[in-house]
Amino acid sequence: MAKLKVASIWCEGCSGCHMSFLDMDERLVELINKGLELNATPITDLKVPDEDTDIGIIEGAIATDHHEEEVKMMREKCKFIVAIGDCAVFGGIPTMRNYFTREELLERGYITTESTVQGKIPTSEEIGKHLPKTKAVNEVIKVDFYIPGCPPSADAIYYVLKEILEGRTPVLSGDLLKYE
Amino acid sequence: MENKITISPVTRIEGHARVTIHLDEDGKVKNAYFHVDQFRGFEKFSEGRHFSEMPVITERICGICPISHHLASAKACDDILGVDIPKTAKLLRELIHMGQIIQSHSMHFFELAGPDLILGWDADPRIRNVVGLIQENPELALKAVKLRKYGQRIIELVAGRRIHPTFAVPGGVNNALSPSARDEIMSGIDEMISYIKEGIKIAEDYIEKNRDLCNKFASFSTGYMGLVKDDGSLELYDGKIRFMDKDGNILKEFKGKYYLKYIGERVEDWSYLKFPFYKPLGYPDGVYRVGPLARLNVADKISTPLANEEFKKFKAIGYGKPVEGSIYYHYARLIETLYALERTREILDDPDVMSQDVLVLGNVSNEEGIGVVEAPRGTLIHHYWVDEKGTIEKVNLIVSTGHNNWAMSKAVEEVAKAFVDGKNLKEGMLNRVEGAIRCYDPCLSCSTHAIGKMPIVVEIYDNSGNLLESVVRD
Ligand code: SF4
Repeated sequence: MAKLKVASIWCEGCSGCHMSFLDMDERLVELINKGLELNATPITDLKVPDEDTDIGIIEGAIATDHHEEEVKMMREKCKFIVAIGDCAVFGGIPTMRNYFTREELLERGYITTESTVQGKIPTSEEIGKHLPKTKAVNEVIKVDFYIPGCPPSADAIYYVLKEILEGRTPVLSGDLLKYE
Repeated sequence: MENKITISPVTRIEGHARVTIHLDEDGKVKNAYFHVDQFRGFEKFSEGRHFSEMPVITERICGICPISHHLASAKACDDILGVDIPKTAKLLRELIHMGQIIQSHSMHFFELAGPDLILGWDADPRIRNVVGLIQENPELALKAVKLRKYGQRIIELVAGRRIHPTFAVPGGVNNALSPSARDEIMSGIDEMISYIKEGIKIAEDYIEKNRDLCNKFASFSTGYMGLVKDDGSLELYDGKIRFMDKDGNILKEFKGKYYLKYIGERVEDWSYLKFPFYKPLGYPDGVYRVGPLARLNVADKISTPLANEEFKKFKAIGYGKPVEGSIYYHYARLIETLYALERTREILDDPDVMSQDVLVLGNVSNEEGIGVVEAPRGTLIHHYWVDEKGTIEKVNLIVSTGHNNWAMSKAVEEVAKAFVDGKNLKEGMLNRVEGAIRCYDPCLSCSTHAIGKMPIVVEIYDNSGNLLESVVRD
């Protein structure tokens, strides 16, 4: 069976989609034994995916300029892009903040919260800048497959990877296709 | 001239962060920072929602410990209703919390931090991960996977789904336990206990062989905070907050609802993660740590027998003082996992666990509610204010990883100073810096969630911005 190089990143998400990935449990070991190779992911130490990565999995919405750069980089390096979870697919919970301005959000977080003492809004160049609006991944780059759900089930993730690994195009249906 | 090394993103932690290490002309480390560079905004955008939605909104803060947010939130909601929930509901909430502890702790030890200890700090970064572990020791790796699965399965069987369930509601839980779920969970406990004992043995052997490193690696003084039961034993679900000073004296015990009197948070320019401190001592004198190491430091004992035996060995490391070395977090984490397994059995043995009495109804009767639990990474506080209809007016959250922010920055600096040589930079040196952070099992999705620039690995610039050297980690 062919090798399948998989990279993944998390943008504005909660890691729950990556947890569902790990929830494949023994089937993850099975996929690895069948030729799935984990490239740059949050659970490996490779910081940048290889040029010939087959699948780039993206969790989370796009909330900052850094997210935009990251997903563009993934698009360049990976043959197929999979948006995983409601946040990546249509923005999900993170888009709840689009009802507020960036200033309102930061002021609550860093100045007016009851436990904050002598608050201020962090400004260092080392930390990222928010976009005016939190977006779904396909508003920034082209996406090839979508796996919705919050998070999608491990069964759905397993099905998609296995189909690709075996050279077929995955089509989610029935219990595997859920928005919840 | 000042050189700067950037590690971005820090890997094998939950969420994104970057580290900058500042060097002097001789390549020696002057200082180092742990930057958490994203802010999520839950405290603001939850305003205007109905309070009963909070247990399912706030669990989306974190997919790794959603149950902890779910439960802290449900407790705050019980408080708004002003009700005491039925005993069975409490048992079932604690049961899924034990599932959470088992899955999160075992995942961290075996799949995130473990590769450093089991495969070595300087192992090839291409294999220094869970896949390398599977290749090196498939039997152990499979046990690790099964242990995590067992924790997730408890949550699935009791609460309906593994991640982001709808189980805990204001006033209790929405489902009684089925006999088949009870039997399935019960039937796995002994095997899981044998697995975690193997993990504890690995940690003990490591400590034995590397005692000097363990005692020195990111070892420093702070206060400690964690929940304890009335008799001073380890508590993860309910109980009172105990605060201990750096010498091991108990300074204060207080109910979670008084947290604002004792805990303040400072903001530093270089991080979106705030810096909590113990108010009576001020900042930075009042900085403290939470999580497994802190909880075992503040506790007098563990209420379950097997874990208590391990606890005695842990306490012996400190000779009566708090255990300070950050690597001991890993050891403490495994001991807590053993406790969670034993506690799972105790809960299932309680005849009340099968009762159908799982919910009390009530109306909004308090304008504030506060919920506190010990999440896998430490004390988690949810505080909501509502109007008479139950609409959320304000939210304040202090999450587990936040309490450890100061300590993680300190750990980064200590390890960078001890191991990084800017004139002779090696990948393994930087991995040790990241390893210092991994001790704390930070959950940055929880604390803020972050960004991190993927492409750069390590770059050293001079002060006019010219790239001097680049170490790429693959
Ligand atoms: S889709 Fe759900 S589980 Fe996935 S990152 Fe978003 S909130 Fe988390």
